[in-house]
Amino acid sequence: MAVNPDFVGRTYPPSGPYPVDAALVAAFAAAVGSQDPVHTDPQVARAAGYADVVAPPTMAVRFAQQTEAAYVADPEAGIDFSRVVHGEERFVHHRPITAGDEVVGTLTVDAVRQAGGHSMVTTRTELATAGGEALATCTSTIVVRGGES
Amino acid sequence: MAARPLADVAVGDVVGPVTVPVTRETLVAYAGASGDQNPIHQDEDVARSVGLPDVIAHGMWTMGAAGSVVSAWAGDPGRVVEFGTRFTKPVVVPTSGASIDVEGAVRTVDAETGRVTLDVTVTADGQKVLGRCVAVVRLD
Repeated sequence: MAVNPDFVGRTYPPSGPYPVDAALVAAFAAAVGSQDPVHTDPQVARAAGYADVVAPPTMAVRFAQQTEAAYVADPEAGIDFSRVVHGEERFVHHRPITAGDEVVGTLTVDAVRQAGGHSMVTTRTELATAGGEALATCTSTIVVRGGES
Repeated sequence: MAARPLADVAVGDVVGPVTVPVTRETLVAYAGASGDQNPIHQDEDVARSVGLPDVIAHGMWTMGAAGSVVSAWAGDPGRVVEFGTRFTKPVVVPTSGASIDVEGAVRTVDAETGRVTLDVTVTADGQKVLGRCVAVVRLD
C-alpha cells in the first residue's frame, strides 16, 4: 500500500499535554552523554536563567514522535511502520524545554513524495506549552521503504 | 558551565573530536528516555530479521550524542537554537559495543545576532553516519 498523498496539508488536533519532569530530563541527558549540570541541578539551571533543569536540544523528539503517532498509526495514511526508517530531523528551538513544562504538539503533514520506489513523508510538529508559548518546531522526514509487490 | 563568549569564537574554530562510546545498555537507556522502543535497537534477532547486520543505534541517539558535544562546546545546552541532520548510515552496535567520533567546525559567525553555525561530522568505523548535520548556537 502506498502512502496516501491526500494527507498533505492536513493538521491534526493538538496532542498531549506531555509533562516534563526532572527525572526524564536527567535520563535523556545521561542517555545521550550530556554531562552539563544544567540538566540535573535546578540551582545551576536557575543561575543560568532557566526556570528549572534544561532538556537536551534533541529531547524535543520525544514529544514530536508522540505527536506523530496519531498520523503514522492512522490506517488511512497508508504508512507501514515496519518499513519505516528515519531520514531527516531538524529542530528550531523557540526557547529551551525545561522541567515543569506541559508540552502540547500539533502535527501538520508537509509533504509526501515518491523516490526510487520509496515514499518520503515530511511532517512538522509545533511544540508549545499548554499555555500557548512556542517551544520548538520539529521537522521530520521518514522513508517508507517500498516492497517488491 | 557558562556559555562560551561570542568574542572568543571565529570561523574555522574546531570542536572536538570527541569519541562517544555506545553499548546495548546505552540504547536501552535511550529507548526509555526517548520513548522509541523499536526492537531493532535492542534485539539482534529482530534486527537481523529485517536485513540489518546487528542491532543499530537509534539515529536520534547519534544525533543526540552529537548534540551533547555541541552543547558542551557552547557551554550551555539551552544555547543550541537549531539542529538538523540527515541519517545516512546506521551505527552498528554489537554486544561488545561501538563508538562514534564527533567533530565540528565553525562555518559562520554573525556578530550582530550572536548566531554561530557549526558543521558537524559524525563517523563510526571511519564512515560518515550523519549527512548535512548543522547546528546553530546563539552566544553573547
